[in-house]
Amino acid sequence: MGVKLLLDKAHVPGIRSYEVYRREGGYAAVEKALKMSPNDVVEEVKKSGLRGRGGAGFPSGMKWSFLAKPEGVPRYLVCNADESEPGTFKDRYLMEFIPHLLIEGLIVSSYALGSSRTYIYIRGEYAWIPDILEQAIAEANANGWLGKNIMGTGFDCQIYVQRGAGAYICGEETALIESLEGKRGNPRIKPPFPAVKGLYDCPTVVNNVETLAAVVPIMNIGGEAYSKIGVGRSTGTKLISACGNINKPGVYEIDMTISVEEFIYSDEYCGGIANGKKLKACIPGGSSVPILPANLLLKTAKGETRYMNYESLSDGGFATGSMMGSGGFIVLDEDQCVVRHTLSLARFYRHESCGQCSPCREGTGWMEKILHKIEYGKGQMSDIDLLWDIQRRIEGNTICPLGDAAAWPVAAAIRHFRDEFEWHVLNPEESQTRNFGLAHYADPREVVA
Amino acid sequence: MTFSEEQLKKVQEIIARYPEGKQKSALIPVLHLAQENFGRWLSAESMDYVASLLNLDPIEVYEVATFYSMFNLKPVGKYILEVCQTGPCMLRGSDQIIDYIGKKLNIKPGETSADGLITLKTVECLGACGYAPMLQMGKHYHEYLTEEKIDLLIEHCKENQHLVK
Ligand SMILES: Cc1cc2nc3c(=O)[nH]c(=O)nc-3n(C[C@H](O)[C@H](O)[C@H](O)COP(=O)(O)O)c2cc1C
Ligand code: SF4
Ligand code: FES
Repeated sequence: MGVKLLLDKAHVPGIRSYEVYRREGGYAAVEKALKMSPNDVVEEVKKSGLRGRGGAGFPSGMKWSFLAKPEGVPRYLVCNADESEPGTFKDRYLMEFIPHLLIEGLIVSSYALGSSRTYIYIRGEYAWIPDILEQAIAEANANGWLGKNIMGTGFDCQIYVQRGAGAYICGEETALIESLEGKRGNPRIKPPFPAVKGLYDCPTVVNNVETLAAVVPIMNIGGEAYSKIGVGRSTGTKLISACGNINKPGVYEIDMTISVEEFIYSDEYCGGIANGKKLKACIPGGSSVPILPANLLLKTAKGETRYMNYESLSDGGFATGSMMGSGGFIVLDEDQCVVRHTLSLARFYRHESCGQCSPCREGTGWMEKILHKIEYGKGQMSDIDLLWDIQRRIEGNTICPLGDAAAWPVAAAIRHFRDEFEWHVLNPEESQTRNFGLAHYADPREVVA
Repeated sequence: MTFSEEQLKKVQEIIARYPEGKQKSALIPVLHLAQENFGRWLSAESMDYVASLLNLDPIEVYEVATFYSMFNLKPVGKYILEVCQTGPCMLRGSDQIIDYIGKKLNIKPGETSADGLITLKTVECLGACGYAPMLQMGKHYHEYLTEEKIDLLIEHCKENQHLVK
């Protein structure tokens, strides 16, 4: 069993309630933080090496230290609970089962940043979770952890829950801010960055649910101790939501020293591939990151073991690696069709593009159309090159990273599974009824030399 | 089409979450409230009413209502089955679930059954990928779907339809 810092108490009966959470040591992090200066709390987070858990992995302490502090202007902390990246369902788990952990993290972080009005922006479809969070907020208020002059420090803070209404793009931080202001979720052009001009044009920090929850153990054990868990620049623990063709889909807290192989095959985690099938491919960090065939997933191109951490998952760059992303771990077994899965993701991005930039708006539509043609046996060889060309023209040419996020899965699918695309073109009458199979990218453990 | 006293109080509570003068932020929460109370969809009349409540131009409300996929801009059935069709759900059989519901109710995604009871909608990832296939009905998620579970759910809708306005 690895170290658990976030979900260690998630299964204590009644942990959703304030009494049980407090009895289990809850709100000690707030007590500790309020005795320190806000800057010292920021320093502690810096020392921990914590990296943003929303997908980009940007060092959180550094992000906090960029927050502008002009006199007389309010500052805002916004918690990103939009969680809409396909494959990702960890924030939901945390909020549903241990809501006070997030609230506690928000209070500490609000204090560090000087936010007296803190918002949790949660995706609209999680319609039952605001009640759980509001209950926890009410309990925190009743016990003096929120409100005016908290614990006699002179710090005022209130937390509000805002529901979105169905738009993946509102997970992008500037779109989220627009949405919170009551507008369409169109990402803003950066700069200015939210740290300078965010919500209501005031300095704003947007952080993921898991990032803010991790501030609690950082306060409790200290930034230094937190930074010693894990490996290299992958410090602390990470929540992974595992799904697809595995025996035990679910949310797992890992310390980032375990190998991908252990994560997939050990009974403590995914429990192996479902129905006795073989592993074909995996998208290890949410739908936006490159798909990897089994052979490159378990071992890097250099033949070294691949581990479940930021550095190792991206070893080899996009040519032979992928990314940690949001921790949405999607596993495909030998019966799955990579073209079909890529088509499904392309449709997702076309649907979710906000439409502001032509390369993204038009490009996502074209990628879906061409993939549809290939999948349904109407494609030509030249379509594969066309698809490659379109994705290349989207990447880097848009206002927000959704364009890249739409391009990468298509690029990676062609890069590693080109023969499967070609097979669809060459066998149009079979493209729906028979599967391409495993070919050369089988799990190296299954290959008998 | 107006809110009750109690609902108006709720609107005021929502507005109080934001700084002075930033009540436009209340728009999405109030549109949710309107959709829940005015027949599960947003007519032009409902949207104009929300605009008047928040002191916004009607166009500011329309442009938001049309952006977000949870807002229904056409009448819908008493129950809406929103089946996730994105990759991870597809890997665990969401296509078959969508087909099964469609055949059973004799409708295509986006349509409502002839008796006006059920609308079938396909949606993108709902954050339940590990518990796939899944659908959302009202506030709730129904996970690890099977054909038997769909039968029971539709039976439930039939039996309880008199409870839905
Ligand atoms: C299209 C798109 C969708 C995103 N969705 C989410 C999301 O659902 N949740 C999230 O925390 N971050 C999401 N992000 C990342 C946010 O923009 C932002 O980087 C993050 O909330 C920062 O928090 P962190 O530093 O704690 O990770 C998304 C980014 C993009 C481009
Ligand atoms: S890249 Fe796509 S989603 Fe992002 S701003 Fe441009 S059109 Fe909108
Ligand atoms: S893909 Fe269906 S819930 Fe995520």
